Amino acid sequence: MMMPIPIVANGGTDMNSSRTERASSGSGFTEFDADVLVLGGGPAGTWAAIGAAERGARVILAEKGFCGTSGATAAAGTGVWYVDPDPAKREAAMASREALGGYLRDRRWMARVLDRTFENSNRIAEWGYPYPIDENGHRQLTSLQGPEYMRLMRKRVKQSGVTILDHSPALELLVDEAGAVAGAAGTRRQKQDNWLVRAPSVVIATGGCAFLSKTLGSNVLTGDGYLMAAELGAEFTGMEFSNAYAIAPAYGTVTKTLFYGWATFTHEDGSVVPGAASKGGRSAIARALAQGPVYAQLDQADASTRVTMRRSQPNFFLPHDRTGTDPFSQRFPITLRLEGTVRGTGGLRITDDTCATSVAGLYAAGDAATRELICGGFTGGGSHNAAWAMSSGYWAGAGAAEYALQAGQTRPRVVSRAGTVALRDGRDRPFSPAPLVTSVQNEVFPYDINYFRDADRLQASLQHLDGLWRRISVSGTADAANILRARESAAMLATARWMYRSALRRTETRGMHRREDFPRQDERQRHYITSGGLDEVWTSTRPTAEAILSEAAE
Amino acid sequence: MIEVIDPETCTSCNICVNVCPTNVFDQTDGLPVIARQDDCQTCFLCELYCPEDALFVAPFADGPAPTDIAALKQSGLFGSYRRSVGWSDQTRESRGLDRSYLLFGH
Repeated sequence: MMMPIPIVANGGTDMNSSRTERASSGSGFTEFDADVLVLGGGPAGTWAAIGAAERGARVILAEKGFCGTSGATAAAGTGVWYVDPDPAKREAAMASREALGGYLRDRRWMARVLDRTFENSNRIAEWGYPYPIDENGHRQLTSLQGPEYMRLMRKRVKQSGVTILDHSPALELLVDEAGAVAGAAGTRRQKQDNWLVRAPSVVIATGGCAFLSKTLGSNVLTGDGYLMAAELGAEFTGMEFSNAYAIAPAYGTVTKTLFYGWATFTHEDGSVVPGAASKGGRSAIARALAQGPVYAQLDQADASTRVTMRRSQPNFFLPHDRTGTDPFSQRFPITLRLEGTVRGTGGLRITDDTCATSVAGLYAAGDAATRELICGGFTGGGSHNAAWAMSSGYWAGAGAAEYALQAGQTRPRVVSRAGTVALRDGRDRPFSPAPLVTSVQNEVFPYDINYFRDADRLQASLQHLDGLWRRISVSGTADAANILRARESAAMLATARWMYRSALRRTETRGMHRREDFPRQDERQRHYITSGGLDEVWTSTRPTAEAILSEAAE
Repeated sequence: MIEVIDPETCTSCNICVNVCPTNVFDQTDGLPVIARQDDCQTCFLCELYCPEDALFVAPFADGPAPTDIAALKQSGLFGSYRRSVGWSDQTRESRGLDRSYLLFGH
């Protein structure tokens, strides 16, 4: 296995561009060459790195935090959409959630994700993951403990010969003169220097955007990959499906919602919140929270279920044990934390079976990519997202490797930096990221803007968000201490604008997208909403695969 | 948020500095320090990776919660998360105890 070769650049590189300055380099700047660069070290990124390395590619994985602890999965754990290859079981698994997702799924993609998840889960078992054995002696592969899974994935990535750059957030993509991706550049925040990787293909596996809401493990997920991809003109889809909220103790971060299926939800005065439920009644909780405190108590779990819960998800009990609360016999205050596109289904648009995006050489996987193909407009929990991450990651890595080893190598290479806001000197002073974060959160957290949507409120919010973008797009270059948070906050802002522009376009209620002014599903809008753009945000519609097929048959 | 690095048990191995996904700790010539507490996302993972059980993450996400180390030692909470997921020598057998499959579909 060939390793990527770090080249300490001293003096200039041959980079230039008409719209950006020459890449400067010197001390405190490390350059690498690779075939495939993977951005993000969660489940999708680690599977992408392994998939690429298995095809003989030289791979670098750059992670903002630490590959193994970073991302929504590592801190939490997840169910996995793992279904035995029995046709009846597979059919039932595919049919069970179609209505919830507003029939925007693509059956062909569902089937291939089920196949890939089956294969990959069995590889995880071979690699030594301690899957439980049930009372009949069968291995159960439908759940993964986050810390255990991601520690194992880090080890496998290293064993595959991949170079991992930890604490190395990417700040911008590199682009060649034909508009194809050519690598990325970023900082090494514990070494106070910068990195640059030249690679003919890049996999965006940076997760979704949870807007720094402190939903478990998700504060690293600020839409960074969306912003970088959009700077190359990449397209998004399903960004209206971005208003997932998760239940957590009011003071805490543990947004594991499965056990709330055994909860009773009450108002301050002890009366039951009508219609409140973890599944199918979360909006009632949101409406009650808008009026005052809401409490939960897992009083419907019997003694044996309580024991099973403790064994199965120890982290659920951390906040309770540490505040001296017994969640089965005592009620505790809860809140809903926005999970945005992490548990939403919108993301970068996938254009083929290798998870390519609309930009040459650029691939997307995991929560950074759309999950409409397998869930439509709704995911009830982590299991589809986990299956999607390991499947799309593996395909994206393999596709990126094949592209790099064939077409990518013959491309002309005059390379420039594609980053815009906070990276290039505008007329104005650098903007302060902290107030921008708050401003964006004030538009996306409120239930009466994002959870329960209508045209007036979306338009008012967009007016504010567009104004914020106009201001920061002419800002000066952020300094080293602020550059990461500046790019993160800009990515959050861009994400909010794609979300709300798409939400405005879909004048119906479908999946998790809920329009109070259009409370019904409209059969004429059973299509996808594409979006994109930074200075000017645009939307358009695309037909579903079924619609294309039926039209072709006529 | 992360509240405690116990100076009596911390060996300055700096694993926490490395594994924290939001870069909260800084390495120093002595013990690591909690340099950016506001960036802590209360994910508890530093505790899991600390081989000495010298770290304590309070469950409060939105602000610091000053914590008394002596009382914490009495409570047995140091290392409790690591023991419960089977990452301590005494609890290794419990790594395969996940019974989530019995709870899905409720």
